[in-house]
Amino acid sequence: MNLSIFVIVPLLMLLGLWLARNDKQVRGVMVAGASVLLALSIYLVFAFLEARETMPADQAPMLFTYPCVPWFEPLHINYSLGVDGISVVMILLTSIIVFTGTFASWQMEPMKKEYFLWFTLLSIGVYGFFISIDMFTMFMFYEVALIPMYLLIGVWGSGAKEYSAMKLTLMLMGGSALLIIGILGIYFYSGAQTFEILDIAHHTNGAHAIPESVQNVFFPLLFIGFGILGALFPFHTWSPDGHASAPTAVSMLHAGVLMKLGGYGCFRIAMFLLPAATHGFWIKVFLVLTTISIVYGALSACVQTDLKYINAYSSVSHCGMVLFALCMMTETAATGAILQMLSHGLMTALFFAVIGMIYHQAGTRDVRYLGGLMKIIPFLSVGYAVAGLANLGLPGFSGFVAEMTIFVGSFQNADTFHRVCTIIACTSIVVTAVYILRCVGKILYQKVPNPKLEKLHDATWDERIAVAGLIACVAGLGMFPLWAEKIIMDAVGPIFSVIM
Amino acid sequence: MEYNYAFLILLLPFLSFLVLGLVGMKMKRPVAALIGTVLMGCVFAMSVYTAYEYFFAVGRDASTGMYPTVTVFNFTWLKFTELLTFNIGFRLSPISVLMLIVITTVSFMVHIYSFGYMAERDENYKVEEYEKGMQRFYAYLSLFTMSMLGLVVATNIFQMYLFWELVGVCSYLLIGFYYPKHAAVHASKKAFIVTRFADLFFLIGILFYSFYVGTFNYDLNAQPELNSALAGAAWVMPTALFLMFIGGAGKSAMFPLHIWLPDAMEGPTPVSALIHAATMVVAGVYQVASLFPIWVQYAPETLHYVAYIAAFTAFYAAAVACCQRDIKRGLAFSTISQIAYMLVALGVCFAVDNHHGGLGYMAGIFHLFTHAMFKALLFLCSGAIIVIIGSNFKEYMGGLHKYMPITNICFLIGCLAIAGIPPFAGFWSKDEIISACFQFSPFMGWFMTVVAGMTAFYMFRLYYVIFWGQSYYELDPENRRKPQEVPFVMWGPLVFLAIISCLCGLIPFGHFVSATGQSYDIHIDMSVATTSVIVAIIGIGLATYMYAPKKTPLADALAKKMPKLHKAALNRFYIDDAWQFFTHKIVFGLFSKPIAWFDRRVIDGTFNFMAWGAQEAGETIRPWQSGDVRSYAIWFLTGTVALTLCLLALL
Repeated sequence: MNLSIFVIVPLLMLLGLWLARNDKQVRGVMVAGASVLLALSIYLVFAFLEARETMPADQAPMLFTYPCVPWFEPLHINYSLGVDGISVVMILLTSIIVFTGTFASWQMEPMKKEYFLWFTLLSIGVYGFFISIDMFTMFMFYEVALIPMYLLIGVWGSGAKEYSAMKLTLMLMGGSALLIIGILGIYFYSGAQTFEILDIAHHTNGAHAIPESVQNVFFPLLFIGFGILGALFPFHTWSPDGHASAPTAVSMLHAGVLMKLGGYGCFRIAMFLLPAATHGFWIKVFLVLTTISIVYGALSACVQTDLKYINAYSSVSHCGMVLFALCMMTETAATGAILQMLSHGLMTALFFAVIGMIYHQAGTRDVRYLGGLMKIIPFLSVGYAVAGLANLGLPGFSGFVAEMTIFVGSFQNADTFHRVCTIIACTSIVVTAVYILRCVGKILYQKVPNPKLEKLHDATWDERIAVAGLIACVAGLGMFPLWAEKIIMDAVGPIFSVIM
Repeated sequence: MEYNYAFLILLLPFLSFLVLGLVGMKMKRPVAALIGTVLMGCVFAMSVYTAYEYFFAVGRDASTGMYPTVTVFNFTWLKFTELLTFNIGFRLSPISVLMLIVITTVSFMVHIYSFGYMAERDENYKVEEYEKGMQRFYAYLSLFTMSMLGLVVATNIFQMYLFWELVGVCSYLLIGFYYPKHAAVHASKKAFIVTRFADLFFLIGILFYSFYVGTFNYDLNAQPELNSALAGAAWVMPTALFLMFIGGAGKSAMFPLHIWLPDAMEGPTPVSALIHAATMVVAGVYQVASLFPIWVQYAPETLHYVAYIAAFTAFYAAAVACCQRDIKRGLAFSTISQIAYMLVALGVCFAVDNHHGGLGYMAGIFHLFTHAMFKALLFLCSGAIIVIIGSNFKEYMGGLHKYMPITNICFLIGCLAIAGIPPFAGFWSKDEIISACFQFSPFMGWFMTVVAGMTAFYMFRLYYVIFWGQSYYELDPENRRKPQEVPFVMWGPLVFLAIISCLCGLIPFGHFVSATGQSYDIHIDMSVATTSVIVAIIGIGLATYMYAPKKTPLADALAKKMPKLHKAALNRFYIDDAWQFFTHKIVFGLFSKPIAWFDRRVIDGTFNFMAWGAQEAGETIRPWQSGDVRSYAIWFLTGTVALTLCLLALL
């Protein structure tokens, strides 16, 4: 299977959108493209599993590698592709979010065409990032994913959108600056004459290892650079404003997929290529920061009044869990981290979708002015309740699987310091329940506080597709997690054999 | 015996939930109720059949004299490491089979009863259309039953935790069933959060346990090397087990985590009967019982702490129950007290032995069984009264024996059973518990005997104020609704449960469940039995003297004489307020709000300040590049002159 197709299909979608004359054609192109991408991703999972069967188990399972096309000869930058289990599930996640996001922005006004153009461009960046194994190409796709965000929020957002868009872009660009230093540092110090991740790992494994002192310089740069996107405390403040201002589908894509680029990058580049640094001082610093992220995000969410802020802080807490698990340095915890990326992507997309739809109807997201929605708009309310329950880690939904894997995995690290951090992180399951139930109790239950709310309409069919699709995914992963875990663990193992 | 059908016991209720949850709203209400009830009936039949097969058809293993533990199926649900796998399975052991019977019996009765209850309620309360939701009600009931069954047949502690969380959320949904009511929403939230808080400890306990033991299973005999592994860390097992017990204490409403249970009575009464009296709240007891051999072997000292906590809870709840106005809350405190009895029974054990030291195990499970039956009966009776009267408060009742004869008899049977009057069910199990307590220490024995007297007192107080005394209706018959007997669909289950409550004490329980697993004949220790019956009769007598007449001068006088004590008891000794203070003032006030402020002001402020700094710097530099040729010329000229001068000076 040629992985370039995940970039080509969105490019064709861009072409189609450019040619489209009216709303109907725009939607047609989007639905067709998103369906093709979804189908391709599902096919990729099966193709990957089948190809994996025939490989020896100890071999690094990087599959479908594309013969690298030289791109910029003097610096050995190549366009090289490949996926392992982690990328496969991330691509699947992206396709699900793009598909449901398309339906969630069905009625986007104004400038539907331009909106979808940027939306598709954003997805090109994300797909490209996940399929590349050349650091520089990855970085380029990463930038491609960030820029459209500025316009999507600045033009189609709500509230203080210019401020939020600017803040988000500047902070993430600041992260990129750290990243490029880190990437160049690895390139020059490894002496491997390539940007290709696997080759560098192969080259530096043994005698040519990058000196530890050098690793300790570049590791924090890369980890923070990716960590900013993964809402690492204290660099998370772009997230509440950014998410609150973004339009529904953009919040979905951003919290659902884009934030995962952070965790993915931390694992794939920072930890994999700088293994000595992961046993050093910095990882402890990040462990503390991520533990703070988890508890801090959850506690902040308890007192917010804007639904999107609540969810944004909740994302800080849950994404903090991803980086936290990576810092725990056990295979199970890292598997849990990837599962959490998958699970949080689906859950939070569902959450933002439902919040966006409620906002679209009610014109407010302030919990103090909402109430009794269960009676008026039952479908959306049930969607919200399911998203909430999934978020607080109810068994049967994906959150439980991911969190339990993380906690059990973290506990395998017998160090007392790690253990204390784990126990502190565990308390978040209670705090999460507090803020979720507070919201559910306030906005869905009780009496309707405002007669204006009585006139709301329940979800339209396009919104129903988005919500039902995401619920099905969250529940599916929650009830049958083993296949996803197997794929992920299979990929985490080889990486860990390098790190440890 | 294969028990091939066993997966259906879990699957059918789940299917019922899915069907009713997804398309229930499109069905007529009786259809939805019928689907739920019929499927539940099938599960009930299968459970009874399983129990028959397990205890009688297959029976004991000839060589050990024990009922074998059968794992019907067990598959890997999630794989953490090579050693630790999260399995989901179906395990039959004497106590799990027993719990199958308890759960399905009560659940089936509640399914039948609810049909009448919900219909009556909709009629009497004039509720709005959306509040009715019988389909939703049955969907939740099915989900609950599935989860509870999954909990008891768990093959390992993590599976128990999984279903543990699920029953928690079902409880949440059902307590908040009348969601337009503020009190219901508040109570449901409280129940979930308090139990979640306790579950946190459960989870940490599981993490400790699994890390050191290397498995999630209950059965440690498979790992003989464990003893040496644990020898170096003697603190591990007691800590892990006690942390898990805290989780159980949350679900089983032990002091000080009991605060959610009385409020949970905001839910529909059939739910209170099923979840908050008979099944879910005994999950903590079941958890301790499942881990019982491990407790006794590795943490016997810690096990006694369980007994102390439970004994205090039993006393505390009985004291509060003596002056509740709301009959359901009175019953709720009674439930807390009775569950505490079961935990006391388990906690006083110090050996795995049928006669001495391990009697409490059998007694605790026995009481769990009998209590489930008579407490479900009492709750369903109170539901019948509430739905007829339209209120929970005792002031609106009184003198109902004339109008509701069947309910009266059933309630009386329930009261006699819980008070421990022979030959009703409670006598037999409570007597065993008190015997076990006397084996542990005389103080514990006498203490629990006194609490038994209090139990008899508050139950008969409740009985008299509901069925005797001054009738609220007769005070003003013109304007008030005349109470009447409930329809058959409601009193049928009452009579069924009443019959069980009369007879189930006579079951030779030791033949099915005992600490060692071998058969054990229950002996009635005459001295203990006589004492406890006398104490119970004193309690009943006191209640009769104080509450049976139409006016209750003595009770009122006592309340007036000790206003502070009465008020404190009425307000549950202010434990709720203490928790309220903790959550609102400390967690929200001292953590959440400052953190939110810090985030917006300090962290965000720093970044905004940096942005502002960059902008200011730009603003300052910008005028330099004005595009004004004349000013450039001046700068150019000045610079040239200055440089020339410098050069000249240097030369």
